[in-house]
Amino acid sequence: MRAGFFLKEAMRGLSRNSAPALAALLTVMLTALVLGVFIPIVQATTGTANEVRNRVVVDVYVKNDATAGERKELRAALDGTSNVKTVDFISKAEGLEQARKKNPRAFKDGAELLGENPLPDTFRVTPEDPGKVNLIVDRLAPKEADGVRVPSLAGIDEVRNKEEDTEKILSATGLVKILTAGLAALLVFASVALIANTLRLSIFARRREVEVMKLVGATNWFIRWPFVIEGIFVGFMGGVLAVLLLTIAKETFIDPLADRFALLAAPETIHFPLLIVVLLLACIAVSAAGSALTLRRFLRV
Amino acid sequence: MASTRTRHAPTRAARPAPARGTPVVDLRGVSKVYDSGTVGLDRATLSIGRGEFVFLVGPTGCGKSTCIRLLMKELEASAGEILIAGKKLNDMSRQRVPSLRRNIGVVFQDYKLLPNRTVYDNVAYSLEVIGESRQDIRRKVPDILRLVGLSTKLHNFPDELSGGEQQRVSVARAFVNHPPLLLADEPTGNLDPETSIGIMQLIYRINRTGTTVVVATHDSEMVDKMRRRVIELREGRIIRDELSGLYRPDESTTEFAVRLRGEMGVGPEGHPN
Repeated sequence: MRAGFFLKEAMRGLSRNSAPALAALLTVMLTALVLGVFIPIVQATTGTANEVRNRVVVDVYVKNDATAGERKELRAALDGTSNVKTVDFISKAEGLEQARKKNPRAFKDGAELLGENPLPDTFRVTPEDPGKVNLIVDRLAPKEADGVRVPSLAGIDEVRNKEEDTEKILSATGLVKILTAGLAALLVFASVALIANTLRLSIFARRREVEVMKLVGATNWFIRWPFVIEGIFVGFMGGVLAVLLLTIAKETFIDPLADRFALLAAPETIHFPLLIVVLLLACIAVSAAGSALTLRRFLRV
Repeated sequence: MASTRTRHAPTRAARPAPARGTPVVDLRGVSKVYDSGTVGLDRATLSIGRGEFVFLVGPTGCGKSTCIRLLMKELEASAGEILIAGKKLNDMSRQRVPSLRRNIGVVFQDYKLLPNRTVYDNVAYSLEVIGESRQDIRRKVPDILRLVGLSTKLHNFPDELSGGEQQRVSVARAFVNHPPLLLADEPTGNLDPETSIGIMQLIYRINRTGTTVVVATHDSEMVDKMRRRVIELREGRIIRDELSGLYRPDESTTEFAVRLRGEMGVGPEGHPN
């Protein structure tokens, strides 16, 4: 209803208190900049961690003398096991081919020496949740009292999941994930605290003004609106500046790099336009809410 | 409180009339003890009728300012009841405080003007607060500034004005929406005698429009010569309440000023008001 008046008041406040407003604007810009760089980094890190975790597999070796019925039964049992994402069948011949590709020198004339293909038919099981891969192993080959695993189905020769590797991968990627999540939380908290503090400074400088307004009979929202509008303005300007800098940095550094190193696995990260929108909205929301909340202390007259 | 906004004829208004109608200000056994343990006000009981001109006097720290701040609900009473135009302040909700204050004009010793606004904007602010339309603001603000004698300083900032001029702006702001009650806390505390008389004359003029006026001051000499109702406080207690009939209630503003100047020994040429 009095939007024009509030807007005018906000502009007056900004121009009369340009120094603290500028400080708040720069703070918003810097934190947005840091967040804008950090969000893709966090995503890339967790993306890579997840990719590594996806390498956790369980190999189920099939007995050489297993009948067709046993194989079928095994396949059905694997598909029915919980936490199983995919089951790939690798035949003896495929297994040999893979092994040869991996280590050509050993197979230069090795396979001929062996006479026949020593590799078994294999079901390669990829788990849904790598962290719970042991569930699958336990199900297929439960541990006996003496610690030896015994296959639960007739067709299984052995169940292997390279336990040592798996454990290393799981603990390392888990740590990376926890660290990045903690760092992200810390950064967001620091950003909010920093912006709130700067806003508090700029409002503190005007607490007498607020006091007088209260004594003249202004309602809290009458006093608050111009400050909230100022907050929105400062947040928006800071966000726009940060986005501008981010865009320039992306265009000049990241994009050429990405073109040149197209072979490197580019982890899935947030789309740039979405990042911009998120940053701008966050800046505006934090500044506006910060202004309104900080004011609360001075409105108790 | 809106009903008390209507102006009264000066002759009726200037007479103390505690018996008639609801008192504008009614204190019943009001005490105020600050968190530090200091006693601001000690079981004060008083009643101020519509259109009265009352002085609160006493030395520094006697409870005058406490009294004023209690009346505008800047402070909460520790005990007792405060009624403004029959409404209890004690159980008034926070949301209602702004509308109470819009009906009370306040003048402070330190003026409390908004430093980054012009004289015009300072006065206009208290009209913006009550949602007055733009045309009304444009009409009323120059009017009231002419009344207080500042029509040439509309676009000056407070720090470009003298103390007396700043206090005039403060009075204009307090009175621009014609509140039924005007409180003044040491309005002449920072001013020289001549300027003080100008301000008192202005406040008296406002009183003559039917507004109830309460002035807190330690300047007992001025008070004695004004010959208005005097409530004296000492250490938070009311020690004197003279419903004085010493003065002529229908004295005109000019007569009032001339007498005051004469009694205080200041020359006759006053503020060109």
